[in-house]
Amino acid sequence: MHEPPLRSPRAPAWLAWFIGRLGYGLLTAWVISLVVFIATQALPSDPARVILGPDAPIESILTLQRQLGLDQPILVQYLRWLGAALRGDLGISLDSQVPVADLLFGRLGHTLALLAGVLALVVPLALVLGVNLALRRDRPLDRWGLSTLILFKATPSFLLAIGLVLLFSMPGMGWLPAVSILDPQQPLWRQLHYLVLPVIALGLSALPYLTRMVRASMIEALESDYVIAARLRGIPERRIVWRHTLPNALTPAIQGVALTLRTLVGGALLAEVIFSYPGIGTALNAAIQVRDLPMIQGIVLVITLAVVLINLLADLFTVLLTPKLRTARRVKMIRRNRRGLRPWWRRVRSAPAQEATHD
Amino acid sequence: MTDSRWLADPQVRRGTVITLLVMSLALFGPWLAPHAPTAMVGPVYGPPSASAPLGHDFLGHDLLSRLLSGGLSVLWMSLAAATIALLVGGSLGLLAGFSRRRLDQAISWATDVSLAFPDLILVLLIVSMLGRAPWLIVLTVAIAFTPGVIRLARGSTVAVAGQEFVEAAQMMGYPRWRILFNEILPNILTPLLVHFGNMLTWAVGMLSGLSFLGYGVAPPAADWGLMINENQAGLLVQPWAVLAPALLIGVFAYGTNILAEGIGRVSARIGEKQP
Repeated sequence: MHEPPLRSPRAPAWLAWFIGRLGYGLLTAWVISLVVFIATQALPSDPARVILGPDAPIESILTLQRQLGLDQPILVQYLRWLGAALRGDLGISLDSQVPVADLLFGRLGHTLALLAGVLALVVPLALVLGVNLALRRDRPLDRWGLSTLILFKATPSFLLAIGLVLLFSMPGMGWLPAVSILDPQQPLWRQLHYLVLPVIALGLSALPYLTRMVRASMIEALESDYVIAARLRGIPERRIVWRHTLPNALTPAIQGVALTLRTLVGGALLAEVIFSYPGIGTALNAAIQVRDLPMIQGIVLVITLAVVLINLLADLFTVLLTPKLRTARRVKMIRRNRRGLRPWWRRVRSAPAQEATHD
Repeated sequence: MTDSRWLADPQVRRGTVITLLVMSLALFGPWLAPHAPTAMVGPVYGPPSASAPLGHDFLGHDLLSRLLSGGLSVLWMSLAAATIALLVGGSLGLLAGFSRRRLDQAISWATDVSLAFPDLILVLLIVSMLGRAPWLIVLTVAIAFTPGVIRLARGSTVAVAGQEFVEAAQMMGYPRWRILFNEILPNILTPLLVHFGNMLTWAVGMLSGLSFLGYGVAPPAADWGLMINENQAGLLVQPWAVLAPALLIGVFAYGTNILAEGIGRVSARIGEKQP
């Protein structure tokens, strides 16, 4: 018989999985480009008429159609658009006559700063809160904390933002700016105080999901055998919680952060509009108002590709941080629960569920 | 039935009461309103008075009348969107989870792709391209919600499909639709119900957010989300014009959410008791 092919120690076992996952991500990205194109350009509504409005004379519609390349067959239009997008050329904004990519670049930085701020606030807070609630499970603090979290989870995020604007535009509350109109002459890091309220508004709406996720996985981990073993060995409780249990409870939280980012992108749009923060969300809103088609295409493409990338990274980190998955020869697609709370009503019945999913 | 057990939970009861209160306010409000929602009957941003308990808004409409008439659109649109998403997503997920082959792969992959679009972005994209007729908004919100339902229904179906009673039904030669609807569906109904409650919460937030941005219900009509937007300028003069609709949206979303949470918790407790 043949010897099994020697694996060089440098090619880790998860690499094959990652290459497959990357291909899957690229395929998804391509389909997304198709969907964005179809939604904006190929739908029965004529983009030129949409842009110019219903009363525009036929000559100007024809001119615009030629400008946009709409007189070409749809396949040619798509290939041309895709080819240009791959080279980083997203077309020219109809509203300001500036390349879309240039307009997007600065706005994207602002939105990324906002999201980074939200994560920097929410992730540590969710860890501390989640662990502490899990340790006080079903006691008054836990119940009280959970019902407060439900309140924030249920309140639509734009209401939270409006509430903050309301509060800080009251007389005597001027110590934080209620609207975030940045000075374009100055770099963002000099005007960080404008970020405070949007970050708090978005953070409050993102906090419940992550906290409850950490709490649930901590509770699960605290009941596991290795924790009991560690307790029997007399390891201090504090060390058990933070060194032994938390790292194991964190892996689902990576997927949770990815999900949070996806919902935050949508929430950020409303928050940016409410605070007049010059990010990608206000840009999309403005582009839709004036029907700036290349701008809409560019922004939606960038946002969705970012979500694909986030999911890819989250899967990679999950595999790298889970020893069982890292060394496995075959890693299955990671099933995530992207929406809502991790379904704890299903965890109760998880025994048959695990049996059934190993096909 | 399990209904009595559900109503025994204080959270479910609270959620039911709040949801029903806001729903009946939205449903019967238009008949109770003292004025037409578009009638200008008082001074612009007029303060609360004896004839107008909540004052007037940015055009001098009676705020109370507008508030009473403005809930119906949010109510029916969010209910319709969540119901369509539940029906379509539920059946697709059921089918995918039970067939477990090509069909499953195709549906799961389509779900993955559509989940890359953040809900609000997808809805904005479609509404801005096709217009803002109410049924179109309902449909797009439903489309945005469907992948989540598919994922949940598929996962629950997979968990149930491996159990003995399904295998028994298969061996007895029952047709597929009968297995799907009589054997599997009742067992995955609870998570779907909880998800329905959550979707209702999100739909309320999303629809009022859309109206707030100006893509929802067209202006002269009354709508809670739209009212927040319209009256922003007079925040300091007449805070009620913004606070009252915001409060109602918040309470409605809160009610549906704790109802969903409560149902989920009770059914988990029931599941724990049964071996």
